[in-house]
This record gives sequence, structure tokens and C-alpha cells, in this order.
Amino acid sequence: MLVKRKANQTVSAIHDLIVIGSGPAGYTAALYAARAQLKPLVFEGSVTAGGALMNTTDVENFPGFPDGILGPDLMDAVRKQAERFGAQLLAEDVTEVDLAADPKRVISEGETYLARAVIIATGSRYRELGVPGEKKLSGHGVSWCATCDGFFFREQEIAVVGGGDSAMEEALFLTRFAKTVTVIHRRDALRASKIMQERALANPKIKFRWNSQVTEILGDAKITGVRLRDTVTGEESELAVGGLFVAIGHDPRSELFRGQLATDSEGYLLVDQPSTRTAIPGVFAAGDVVDHTYRQAVTAAGTGCAAALDAERYLSGGTNPQDTY
Amino acid sequence: MGTKKVTDETFEADVLKNDKTVLVDYWAEWCGPCKMIAPVLDAIAEEHGDKLDIVKLNVDENPAVTQKYGILNIPTLGVFAGGEVVKELVGARSKSALLRELADFL
Repeated sequence: MLVKRKANQTVSAIHDLIVIGSGPAGYTAALYAARAQLKPLVFEGSVTAGGALMNTTDVENFPGFPDGILGPDLMDAVRKQAERFGAQLLAEDVTEVDLAADPKRVISEGETYLARAVIIATGSRYRELGVPGEKKLSGHGVSWCATCDGFFFREQEIAVVGGGDSAMEEALFLTRFAKTVTVIHRRDALRASKIMQERALANPKIKFRWNSQVTEILGDAKITGVRLRDTVTGEESELAVGGLFVAIGHDPRSELFRGQLATDSEGYLLVDQPSTRTAIPGVFAAGDVVDHTYRQAVTAAGTGCAAALDAERYLSGGTNPQDTY
Repeated sequence: MGTKKVTDETFEADVLKNDKTVLVDYWAEWCGPCKMIAPVLDAIAEEHGDKLDIVKLNVDENPAVTQKYGILNIPTLGVFAGGEVVKELVGARSKSALLRELADFL
């Protein structure tokens, strides 16, 4: 539809800016670009729209919300804000890109879209354990979304794998339903922030299995337990659980750009920090697909803003951001 | 044709005794990925309504069916033909990925 609307122009449908991805980085980039009159076209992703925050409950650390805000509500608000200023949102997946082409080509659902600049904000996806039983029992007691599936484990003994903030958040959330929640962590100390650690450690329903690695998920039609290996002694043991929630981190969604943009060894896109420029002129990247250090909603939003400003500057022919900001 | 709501009471008539193949979307209000997948299912229901009925079952309000089919994760999509589960997909997917998975029924 968009293509048709612009078809009366001499060069049909070359957009100033395409944003690939949503979430705090993508939507904030869209918001800033829309206010700069760039009419950004945003590929939100058909099932990833809103990004990682869509699987969370209370976001307590986004500035401006003293009582917290639900992740999906926060994303919905930023999305609306971007739309209000003219961002065009498509709930579709990008399947292919040619970023070096001029104009840049973005392919979705078999259609090619052209743009002078592209902002990549594809975020990250949850990591799997990669142990026997995981694939078979995913959907049968193994889950990656406590807010979705906690409900099914009322009064049961369940476990969470991981030691970071998301693992603690999931464990705490799951105490609303479960009888006990055992946190399985491969080290002897948590990575989570102080406040989350304190809450988890103080919760009478949460138990800890330190220095423990899941080596197998047990069960046939449904999970019955996990096999653990002590990372210090090597000793093996079994823990009976009715459900297992995996929160061991995320990997960047950068496969789409492989061969076109440089990544680090873990797949995160490389940018010319502190800017959001990639090695290809006119291509910028922001949010969790770049950032493996901070990984916060507010830092993603911040780099999304920077990417929009960098793109705006690029499109107006300048090179030094300070000139215009 | 859009998607239709089914309940513990209507499940037998609308799903098990349906002559067509039926895709059951197990969902709940609190589930973010369920909301993400809803427009994808609406679109598939529009485009392939002649071959496939798509129905939505709220797991919070309909414990009997939810337990009977051992649903422990949402979104889960269950494909029923002749009253039997012939395929089960757990987790959200893009439209194109879902169409690939459902190719046999369309």
C-alpha cells in the first residue's frame, strides 16, 4: 500500500529511512525519525513486535514511572508515540537485506522496499540450554516465558536456570504460583543486580542450587526433573521438578546481516562507538543487537535515539553530529 | 472468515466434531507472545478459511480442555482433524514460518 501511495513520485517508493525491529530501540528510533519528518517505515516483526519487554511484567527501572509500568504497556505507549508523528509500522518480518546497494534494499514477504538509510534494532533472542530433552519437552514443562506459563504450575515445585536479573525476575514472579522455585546457577554467586538478589534471597519460596549445571531434562510426555552436575566436584544428581524456566541470557539477532556487517565473536553488530554507525554508510544499529554490556530498556531507547539522530545527519549530508544536535 | 472463540462447553461441537481441520489457539490475556500472534492468525483465517477453521481458547477460563490436552505453555497451537490432535506448535512464529508448518492442512 505504501508503495502505491508514493508511486506518483518520479523515483517510486524510496524511503528516507527503514527501521528493522521494534522494542525500545526500534520504536525510539522511529519516534525521533518521525519527528524529524523522515516518515520512517518500521518493520516490527510479525511476532517479535515490542521486543524482549513483551515477555516481562513490571518494568520498575524505566525513568518516569515511579510505580513501575508493564513491559507491554510501555512498548505500546512508545509505539503509539512514534505513530503519532508519522512512523509507518508494518508487523512483518524482514527476510533479506542488501545494505551495500544504493538505495538499500529490504525484502519482506516477497516485496522489496528501498531506503536511503537503515537502522537495525533487531534485538536478541533467548538462549537455549542445548541439552538432551530440551527440544522434546519444550512445550511440555520447559518454558522461556514465566509471565506466559507460570499459571500452569500452581502449587508445583519448579526451577529456574540462570543467575542474572531476568532469572531472578522470573523466579520471583513464579513464586506467585509455584510451591517452591529452585534457582539453578552454575556459579556460587548471582550476576543479578543487588536489589534483585536481595529480593530473591529473602523470598522463602525460592531455594538455590549453586555451582550446578543442567546436563539433561528428564521426562517423556512431560518434564519430571533435571539432571545436574556440580561444577566444582563433577558429581551428578537429579532434581524432581514439574516445570523448568530457562533464563540464561540472550543472543543477538544478527543472522540477517551476516556477510554484510561485521560482528564480534558472539554475533553482536559492531558500531563506531559512541555513534551508532556501522561500517556501511547509511546503516546504523542500536539496542540489544549491539549492546552486550548494559542491555537495559532505557539504554536501548537511548541508542535508538542516537541512531535516528545519526541517520538524520547522514541523510542531510553531514558527518559531524555535533553540528546539528 | 475470522477467528472464533471456543470454550470448554463448545469445544466438542466446534473442534472435535468439526468436519474441517481446526487450529486451536490456546491463549491468555497476560501472555505477550499470544497477543503478538493474534493478528497473524486473523490473517491466516481470512486467507485460508475455506480449508481451516481457526478458534481461540482462553486457558484461564477453560481449564477442562486446557488440562485434557496437557497445555503447559502458551501460545500453543493445536491442529485437530477428525477429533484428534494431528500437530502441535508451541511458541509464537512469524506468518511465513506458520504457513510453512501448516502447509499440509491448507
